[in-house]
Amino acid sequence: MTETPLLELVDLRVRYPGRHRTVEAVRGLDLTVGREKLGIVGESGSGKSSVGRAILRLLPPTAVVTAGSMRFQGSDVLAASEAEMRSIRGRRITMVTQDPKFALNPVMSIGAQIAEAYLAHRHVSPEEARQRTLEMLQTVRFRDPERVFASYPHELSGGMGQRAMIAMMVIAGPDLLIADEPTSALDAAIQMQILAILDDLVGQRGMGLVFISHDIDLVAAFCDRIAVMYGGRIVETCAAGALHEARHPYTRGLLAAIPRLERAVEQLPVLARDESWLAP
Amino acid sequence: MMPGRRRRSHSRRGRDAPVAGAIRPGKVPLHWRDYLFEENPWSRWQARFRSAYEIASAMRHNPLTVAGLAIVALLLLIALLAPLLAAQPPNLQDLAARLRPPGAGAWFGTDELGRDVYSRVLYGTRISLGIVMLVVLIVGPIGLLIGCTAGYIGGWVDAVLMRVTDIFLACPRLILAFALVAALGPGAGDAVLAIALTAWPAYARVARAETLALRGTDFVAAARLQGAGPLRIILRQIMPLCLSSVVVRLSLDMAGIIMVAAGLGFLGFGAQPPSPEWGAMISSGRRFILDQWWVAFFPGLAICIASLGFNLLGDGLRDVLDPKQR
Amino acid sequence: MSDPLALTVIGVENLRVGFGGGAQSFPAVQGVSFSIVEGEIFGLVGESGSGKSTILRVISGLNRDWSGRLTIRGQEIGKRRAKRFYKTVQMVFQDPYGSLHPRKTVDAILYEGLAVQSMDDRQRRIERVLYDVGLQDGFRFRYPHQLSGGQRQRVAIARALILEPRILLLDEPTSALDVSVQAEILNLLRELRVRRRLTCILVSHNLAVVAHMCERIAVMNRGRIVEELDSASLRAGVAQDPYTQQLMRAARGYDRAIADSFVDFD
Repeated sequence: MTETPLLELVDLRVRYPGRHRTVEAVRGLDLTVGREKLGIVGESGSGKSSVGRAILRLLPPTAVVTAGSMRFQGSDVLAASEAEMRSIRGRRITMVTQDPKFALNPVMSIGAQIAEAYLAHRHVSPEEARQRTLEMLQTVRFRDPERVFASYPHELSGGMGQRAMIAMMVIAGPDLLIADEPTSALDAAIQMQILAILDDLVGQRGMGLVFISHDIDLVAAFCDRIAVMYGGRIVETCAAGALHEARHPYTRGLLAAIPRLERAVEQLPVLARDESWLAP
Repeated sequence: MMPGRRRRSHSRRGRDAPVAGAIRPGKVPLHWRDYLFEENPWSRWQARFRSAYEIASAMRHNPLTVAGLAIVALLLLIALLAPLLAAQPPNLQDLAARLRPPGAGAWFGTDELGRDVYSRVLYGTRISLGIVMLVVLIVGPIGLLIGCTAGYIGGWVDAVLMRVTDIFLACPRLILAFALVAALGPGAGDAVLAIALTAWPAYARVARAETLALRGTDFVAAARLQGAGPLRIILRQIMPLCLSSVVVRLSLDMAGIIMVAAGLGFLGFGAQPPSPEWGAMISSGRRFILDQWWVAFFPGLAICIASLGFNLLGDGLRDVLDPKQR
Repeated sequence: MSDPLALTVIGVENLRVGFGGGAQSFPAVQGVSFSIVEGEIFGLVGESGSGKSTILRVISGLNRDWSGRLTIRGQEIGKRRAKRFYKTVQMVFQDPYGSLHPRKTVDAILYEGLAVQSMDDRQRRIERVLYDVGLQDGFRFRYPHQLSGGQRQRVAIARALILEPRILLLDEPTSALDVSVQAEILNLLRELRVRRRLTCILVSHNLAVVAHMCERIAVMNRGRIVEELDSASLRAGVAQDPYTQQLMRAARGYDRAIADSFVDFD
């Protein structure tokens, strides 16, 4: 990439100190994100979700986050005060999660929530916020934005709720969107629809996207670049199209372990883990 | 076993929720702590000891809980050893030594019949704790069984059991105690019965609410698929999980039970004179509260300390046992 | 495959299941029929709400609100099941975190079924089934929270197998697991199926998993079987039904052009 990166993480570490022992979720992670679709792939416990939450400072208070440096568009996020973080969250970096239930207020109409998210970051009239909200609902492909505007979260299906959450997160025009397993709870067809929306948003608005997922195939098909996490570190980064040339035995093992329609095997190859993968 | 196999099992664990504990090479426990935290427990008892230890060590980290536990333990000890600790029998009268202030002869003074207040307060522990224990033993199992049954079976069984619960919940505790006294004659047994009859519905409700959440879980479905009947599922799958919220609720309520028992005693509907019940002692001491304060003060202090102890313990237990608080 | 001489182990005819009941009852399964022969592993594939898991709950006896005809090993089965029935039919659930009692050790979880079914030789049976599912080293007295997801699912499989069933119902057994663990569990299930000569139904939303495990596959949409095909045709992509074709396209991964082509099938 030639332009200055959106986000630069150097030696990010996340620890959860416990009474009996400390769990290290992220153990020295370096990452640079530009205006691109970057996929972070890993299995449960690899620390991938902690990365996204550490950037937005959304980890539980017990977590200890340290980093060599953590810069967003050149400014130091690590040293930012909580007030500064609030203006960054939502306005410049936002996050979409797996379950819209946690992001959407059940007793507020969809439209009012999205408009409020807009008003929180822009000084505009309520009428203009409403117009922008309707446009945004159209962008996330609601056929009848007026109707969705007035509806409540429980009236929406899983895929619709996910689209509403995306609309709410993106309306303030952030530069970076962190999507943590945004489609994992959805059926394949709806999953495709959500991905297409994210794809368009990134393409049209020149946003950066950090796409966190356990599904290596999905990430390979959707993202430009893939970072594979194992044991709290990135073990390999490669262009999405070159995933089949991945070198690291973990990545290769992961790919081999997936049953595939186009190839029949008697036994699925089992990933043999090696202690050395955990070493720095 | 074989070193290769052992290593594989460790690395498999490594990527998941961490298991607290030390990994040690030999087979013989070096220390009781090693025994408890062995990665692969090899007996049912070892597994049980370990979870008990984990609860105990979680409680140990809250000083207030430890204080509550200490108070309750002390009360139990006093109740057990009352004859050894008391200076004289609780009902021994000495009319020559009426209403003596606290001093060398009688640490808490003497009452209007010359009885030693210190000895009476000690013996009173037996009555109060006895009432608490009886109430708990009646109320816990009944509440659990009715709540779990109503919640698990549902339908008309649930409707009937819950309406019965409502009826008991609607009975005012003191009025019911009056009625029982009228029917059975006054005594500590009435207090127990009155408290128990009005206390169990709360536990039935707690247990039912928990059961409703557990009823649809896969492990209950799996138990049904093993051929287990409703009673077995209620007793073996559901009750153990409702138990902790009921225990928490009980330990928080114990303070209240002590207060109600003392209140009934004070009103003359609980334990009857001359039995050294704290509430009854306050009642008889209130006539000279201004001049001979000690007669009513020390039983009152005992009530305060006892309910404080149970409250602290209950709060601590809730923090440790109640999954919703975690 | 459908060898006419083989014994039909599971027969389902015109199965209908409604949720709720009354006027607004929502039909979850609307007239499904299939039969499965001895030793076969039959796949039911579909998206959420297609009714595939509901069928398993009917066969296992967890759902009693159905109509139609159900036969197990030649015998017609009613809505209530005798205790003995569960020695023939067992089930493995999707979520290994919810299917094990949180306060019981592995040992107690396995012991429970033996006690209910009054089976003898309990110690040896527990040891043997744990060995069979690959949990030989000291997992017996651990609690579920001390196990990983894959280990829990192995315990759940052991719990089903300890009653020595002839039929194993698998409800999305690997969809809550990481792919590397999924591979281990799928291999284990294949091996156990052959070794114990089990007849299985595998329910999954994942076409590749079903194609890997099953000989015959039924595709479900909105309570109906839209197509039944063998795994070779599924792999070759010769599905006839447009819904199946769409599922297969979705399974091939994200593609911007394909994403726009998806439609709702009612």
